[in-house]
Amino acid sequence: MIVIIIDYGSGNIKSVYNSVKRTLVNFNKFSEVKVSRNLSEIKKADKIILPGVGSFDQCMNRIKKIRDLVDTLEDQVITKKKPFLGICVGMQILADYGYENQKTKGLSWINGDVKPLKKFLSNKQNLKIPHMGWNSLCIYKNSSLFNDITANDQFYFVHSYFFDIKHKKNIICNAHYGINIPAIVNHDNIFGFQFHPEKSGKSGFKILYNWLKSS
Amino acid sequence: MLSKRVIPCLDVHDGRTVKGINFVDLIDAGDPVEQAKLYNDFGADEICFLDISATNEGRKTLFNIVSKVAESCFIPLTVGGGIKNNADINNLLKSGADKVSINSAAVFKPSLIKEASDSFGCQCIVLAIDAYKDQSNYKSGYNVSTHGGKKKTDIDALEWAIEGEKNGAGEILLTSMNADGTKLGYDIELTNKISTEVSVPVIASGGAGKPIDMVNVLNKGNASAVLAASIFHFGIYSIENVKKEMLKYKIPVRNTW
Repeated sequence: MIVIIIDYGSGNIKSVYNSVKRTLVNFNKFSEVKVSRNLSEIKKADKIILPGVGSFDQCMNRIKKIRDLVDTLEDQVITKKKPFLGICVGMQILADYGYENQKTKGLSWINGDVKPLKKFLSNKQNLKIPHMGWNSLCIYKNSSLFNDITANDQFYFVHSYFFDIKHKKNIICNAHYGINIPAIVNHDNIFGFQFHPEKSGKSGFKILYNWLKSS
Repeated sequence: MLSKRVIPCLDVHDGRTVKGINFVDLIDAGDPVEQAKLYNDFGADEICFLDISATNEGRKTLFNIVSKVAESCFIPLTVGGGIKNNADINNLLKSGADKVSINSAAVFKPSLIKEASDSFGCQCIVLAIDAYKDQSNYKSGYNVSTHGGKKKTDIDALEWAIEGEKNGAGEILLTSMNADGTKLGYDIELTNKISTEVSVPVIASGGAGKPIDMVNVLNKGNASAVLAASIFHFGIYSIENVKKEMLKYKIPVRNTW
């Protein structure tokens, strides 16, 4: 299995690489992970991970700057149905539009828009923004992603915007922070995590393992 | 529910971990990579490195340490100390830091927070404020100091925090210079003053002596996280001791790791 982490200048690539590399120890010895923006390497990938930190508009612009990257990803993920995982802003840009800094068109792989959390939280709740720190997942659907994961497992979140998903069926689970925040989204072979599995300790490894195994 | 975070801080000087009482009298207490791994295994929710090296050599050692820590610790890592510009931040983030904390440099160049936040995102920019009580300050009663507390300014700590948030800091690391090193508890008044006026999370720092101190600043000081160095460092209390105390007071914690 070849896992490619898309390199488009996102700051946290090394952490994602380190955690996938460690998770792959549980798979056969031919499994490897690479960080790449090389289109022919991406075409050879079995699974694709799109990390992301920073803002929606900045991530989207960086991706579009790499020639033919969006087309290649669409061919690999939408047409060829390769397993895909977007992390944090890498998940948010799957949306139709993002409203961080300016209205920006996303990839439109999963319907919905990325909106500011503060507009949805009431002042009474006295909640800090960003939603930063460890939160549990409200699991109400069966998914092989949750193997060995309980309500005690917590995951590291850091975001001020959230993916307001259009069709409920695309939400695998929420995290609660004043409102229900889609924490794992899915459409066919496409998954997105709002939290950072690479920064979520053992719980993060479990969910990465489950995604690598089941996808 | 979002857990309150417990963050051990490692002061690093030329590649070694130290912790001083009131930032002087440094005592050598170990290898930062090993220490970070231990904290990771024992339930720290984040790890904070504060580089107090004065030399360029010391700084280069730090990049190595950060990248080694990032290979073995899979929780957020904040690095601060001596950060002057976007190039420093870029180097730290590339080495594997998740957040950087900016202290003195922001005082000398207030645009730094905004530049950093615009380039790397507010999620990774922590404004560190070393505050000290000042009788002649009639606003918040606290002023900002720089250079690890050695130089005092007449900047009001609360106004500085509000400006930092406006400029794009995603979090505030608030150290009470009066409480730091005393082990007599956090400065609850300071923490509460700042935290109720900013919408970003505030990490309380300085003065932790026992687990109940953490409980108090989280409950009464409205802090989102607590940071401590020496009480963890010399094995006086473990992270687990602190979390058990927090649970006793029904403070949400992350208790499986």
